[in-house]
Amino acid sequence: MKTYAQINDRIAAGKAVVLTAEEMIDYVETHGAQQAADDIDVVTTATFGPMCSSGCFLNFGQTIPKIRITECWLDGVPAYSGLAAVDAYLGATQLRQHDSANLIFPGDFEFGGGHVIEKLVGGESVEMFALSYGTQEYPRREFKTRLTIQDLNQAIMVNPRNCYQNYNVAINCSDHRIYTYLGQLEPHGRNMTYCSAGQLSPLLNDPLYETIGIGTAVWLAGARGHVHAEGTQHCPTCLRTENGVPAEGAGTLGLTANMKHMSRRYVRGCSFKGYGVSLALGVGIPIPILNPTIAQRCAVRDRDIYAQVTDYSSDYPMKTGRTLGSLNYEQLRSGRVDFLGKSVEVSSLSSYSMALEICELLKQEIRDGRFLLSQPLQALPREQSMKACPERR
Amino acid sequence: MIAKHKYFFHFPKCETDTPIVCRLVRDYDLEVNIFRAKVNAEGEGYLLLELTGEEAQIERAKDFICSFGVSVNTVDKGVIRNTDTCTHCGNCLSHCAPHALHLRDSHTRFVDFDESRCVACGQCVANCPMGACSTVF
Ligand code: SF4
Ligand code: SF4
Repeated sequence: MKTYAQINDRIAAGKAVVLTAEEMIDYVETHGAQQAADDIDVVTTATFGPMCSSGCFLNFGQTIPKIRITECWLDGVPAYSGLAAVDAYLGATQLRQHDSANLIFPGDFEFGGGHVIEKLVGGESVEMFALSYGTQEYPRREFKTRLTIQDLNQAIMVNPRNCYQNYNVAINCSDHRIYTYLGQLEPHGRNMTYCSAGQLSPLLNDPLYETIGIGTAVWLAGARGHVHAEGTQHCPTCLRTENGVPAEGAGTLGLTANMKHMSRRYVRGCSFKGYGVSLALGVGIPIPILNPTIAQRCAVRDRDIYAQVTDYSSDYPMKTGRTLGSLNYEQLRSGRVDFLGKSVEVSSLSSYSMALEICELLKQEIRDGRFLLSQPLQALPREQSMKACPERR
Repeated sequence: MIAKHKYFFHFPKCETDTPIVCRLVRDYDLEVNIFRAKVNAEGEGYLLLELTGEEAQIERAKDFICSFGVSVNTVDKGVIRNTDTCTHCGNCLSHCAPHALHLRDSHTRFVDFDESRCVACGQCVANCPMGACSTVF
């Protein structure tokens, strides 16, 4: 048994033993969970993929004369301004104003909130245009300028839902091509797409939220951030395999960090034909190996993590709850699976190599004593399901 | 010796009227597999094709094409995958029928691009969320 304080002391002294989630698999297999718990201080987990429920609060600083912004656009993308005078929230999936969207189907969605966020993090300037109705103390009604992230007082990423614990595998059983947030799906189940880092993924290494909770320090796109809340749609009461690992969506995390400390490599605007725009993010979460149970959970393998194959042409949009079967991540990661009597090519939207890279980076930061762990202030709910929205008249 | 080469031709405005491909077949005994062709609004043409035939004949055919002021690019640059912006997500994999974009191994899931297998279908351009794939025409 170790404590957070003991592990942090070892990190600060540059003596912490840190492994990536992938290295931990072999370590536990060779030495057993008890020995691993004695030897290993921290396991690094990570994921890199589109996370639509992301965005940032920005403070532009006051203009002369002052303005109380009511509407605001960054590179033509609307940012929510129903906040104090020069605060705004820019969401990742916000389309550029006048984007023709899916009017001519399928739309290209070349640029949106996620791309603006990427530009800001990359130090590029963006055009800001703001309107107001004018008040006596905030008389200005219009303002236009170009800004970089350095000009902003604050640029704080606050993401209501990141790091989905597990995710659907999408397939299309209809007779025509469909365009989804999991990419283009060909008819008659000709391809499928998944989106998870599997055995590297933070919440798959801590399936019962024993170490990751509100207040946990995270590596968010290169910046030190933390879990600020349970993620939206956090649904721990779900289908789980006997190792406690969810076999469907399950838990999520609300994450926040200072965008000024982020690196563009891990903050990437993305476009999905026929669907819209989003933001791909890199997240790393260290797991303290407090005891053998936690060590054992961090040794979870792709072949022991299952995901549900869902028909995105009918069952997903109609929320029927029906799935077509399950596949494990070892099968999915191979790039081709046998499913319902057919050999099907598999695409992914989550980058395993980027997740691996983040695991290594975080491992190095912890080894060098640059990243200390934090004990959660509050555990994430472990029992809770997800409701549908009632339709009333 | 029978050889197979992929070429990317850029035709200046004046030459888009000349039936060059026909001459390649008739005069140089080559098999021509056209991947993509386009004439733009300025009247310039782009052609990406694969030539199969005697190595010497291919060389002569190339000289013949160049005599029209056509520029020839032999490095298969019909489609470009930007290695700086590619995140190796793997979304393009199931859309690239000839597996020009393919997994280096299932361990790292690094996505490699073998230009020689690319048929310039453009599916990766439409399917890359990061905008890492583009075509020159
Ligand atoms: S879809 Fe784009 S970013 Fe993803 S692996 Fe293919 S080329 Fe790279
Ligand atoms: S253009 Fe077509 S063949 Fe070439 S890499 Fe892209 S998807 Fe593959």
